[in-house]
Amino acid sequence: MTATKTRILIAKPGLDGHDRGAKFIARALRDEGYEVIYTGIRQSPEAIVQTAIQEDVDFVGLSLLSGAHNELFPRVVDLLAANGAEDIIVFGGGIIPEEDIPSLKDKGVAAIFGPGTTTKQIVEFLESAREGS
Amino acid sequence: MPEEIEKQKEEWEREAVEALISRHPERRSEFVTGSDKPVDRLYLPEGFSEAEYLEKLGFPGQYPYTRGVHPTMYRGRLWTMRQYAGFATAEESNRRYRYLLEQGQTGLSVAFDLPTQIGYDSDDPRAEGEVGKVGVAIDTLKDLEILFDGIPLDKISTSMTINAPAAILLAMYIAVAEKQGVGKEKLRGTIQNDILKEYVARGTYIFPPEPSMRLITDIFAYCSGEVPLWNTISISGYHIREAGSDASQEVAFTLANGIEYVRAAVKAGLDVDDFAGRLSFFFNAHNDLLEEVAKFRAARRIWARIMKERFQATKPKSTMLRFHTQTGGSTLTAQQPDNNIVRVAIQALAAVLGGTQSLHTNSREEALALPAEESVRLSLRTQQILAYESGVTSTVDPLAGSYCLEALTDRIELEVWQYIDRIEALGGMIPSILKGYVQKQIQESAFRTQKDIERGERVVVGINKFQMEEKKPQELLRVDPAVRQLQIEKLSRVKAKRDASRVQDALEKLQEGAKRKSVNLLPLILEAVKEYATLGEICQLLREEFGEHRETIVL
Repeated sequence: MTATKTRILIAKPGLDGHDRGAKFIARALRDEGYEVIYTGIRQSPEAIVQTAIQEDVDFVGLSLLSGAHNELFPRVVDLLAANGAEDIIVFGGGIIPEEDIPSLKDKGVAAIFGPGTTTKQIVEFLESAREGS
Repeated sequence: MPEEIEKQKEEWEREAVEALISRHPERRSEFVTGSDKPVDRLYLPEGFSEAEYLEKLGFPGQYPYTRGVHPTMYRGRLWTMRQYAGFATAEESNRRYRYLLEQGQTGLSVAFDLPTQIGYDSDDPRAEGEVGKVGVAIDTLKDLEILFDGIPLDKISTSMTINAPAAILLAMYIAVAEKQGVGKEKLRGTIQNDILKEYVARGTYIFPPEPSMRLITDIFAYCSGEVPLWNTISISGYHIREAGSDASQEVAFTLANGIEYVRAAVKAGLDVDDFAGRLSFFFNAHNDLLEEVAKFRAARRIWARIMKERFQATKPKSTMLRFHTQTGGSTLTAQQPDNNIVRVAIQALAAVLGGTQSLHTNSREEALALPAEESVRLSLRTQQILAYESGVTSTVDPLAGSYCLEALTDRIELEVWQYIDRIEALGGMIPSILKGYVQKQIQESAFRTQKDIERGERVVVGINKFQMEEKKPQELLRVDPAVRQLQIEKLSRVKAKRDASRVQDALEKLQEGAKRKSVNLLPLILEAVKEYATLGEICQLLREEFGEHRETIVL
């Protein structure tokens, strides 16, 4: 870990209430030494971006299991950019079909984690993304 | 335990077991159930005097119903095979329902999309990306007419997974039946209508607890007179388990919610025996076969006691816990998805051995997407094989008397009572939810489970053991994003055709009614939906009157 703690916002966009994964990741990353903020369910992309900027986070992790990721994930990326916060790295998880991943990445989502992902895999991503940025 | 058995058991442990273990240790130092509770090496006849048998087990169809709610169980009638389905538009879902009925399914179960479940029309900006995704989109009565087109509502029973707007969907269902010439006294089916578990686990709440409980009580009261065969609520542990609880917590929080609904209805002046027979339950079935069977049996026994002893119910039906089961979605893996077929078969067997009244079996690719038609057929065939080939339907409560199973049943019962007592001490379920107590318990279990999986202490085949390189997954079902546009166009056509002043009039009457607690809202909602008032319009009006619930975030 670096001297200043990495700050991460875990957010639930859209109307989906499945928060088991988001809450697990929030707590597991906190245990790994990150500063983690969790939004709760049913957040609009606008509200997520506002929180991300206010909280001055390094990462936004989006969790969605309802199938609205193609609309909502890129919207968060775009709104961050529109608010001058393009340095915040966006990653996502949930029930995301493999074939959707390339276009999400093209639209600026740095990584997508599916079912079966471990805490370690996410930590590795965060550490390498931080070094890269 | 009889003395001689006790004595010989000690000898056996000393001479046979210890000697063996010193040379060949067991695979683990401690064996646990799927809920992380210790399992003994061997169970022996404990606690089964004649008197204890009669008190704890009794006979099927008799109090306390441990052995089942019917005297003959599946020898008389098999469970209802009811696959939860719905996606995209009403037209497309109607086709899936007709297909399932042709394949021998015996009841329908409607999945609604999230905007419908949360009370937004398809054209609401908050519905972006969600229309038709996890279920069918319903904006007005028109959609429900299409959904049940050609399906005779006097012959088929329908379960609808709808909670905050349950009264609206029930009203639409009654209105569709009326158009088919079917009176509401003939309608059979279930609305989920269980708002308390939405606050702790599922997330599709709209209004705060108090007005939500009023809507539920209004439904109980209305149906007891007008729709007597309808199951007015499906008190659900399913989602509590999916959110990560263990088996005992699933039963405990579900029954504690049940207590709260009964209490609210009694407080509103209903006679317990007038509505309690229409309460139904919904549980999960996970992989630990014996623990799951024990769970269902324990749940029946506890609920019977609660209804008889706490609420003085006198009709036998009021004390019977009748339940639907769905196999455990969270047990499915995206890796090696065909393995899920086997998991589902074990889970479905648990439900049947546990005496379920209806069953949904999940499909192999559900960790990846909604299931394709072929996969759903395979899940239905799994039920049919259990029903017609496995033989477990030939006798009632076949595992009863297994020392292990009875010990597990007793253990779960004990833990459930402890949770219920704790919740009562906190002032009941609503304060327990608002304080985050229930959510905290669920999350602790969920966290522990996931950590155990990551450490490899809990083996999940294909995830942390027996992994392999895989081919690209099969073709998955995708909901066309154009569905939203289709739905918006349909909605605007309906709006253009309806009589705007009659809609306005019906909505105003409903708004007036909402202000006065003594008014039952069901007849007013029924009038509004018949005028093609939209689900979003009705919910918006109720939001203005009732306010909206805010989540208690617990991490």
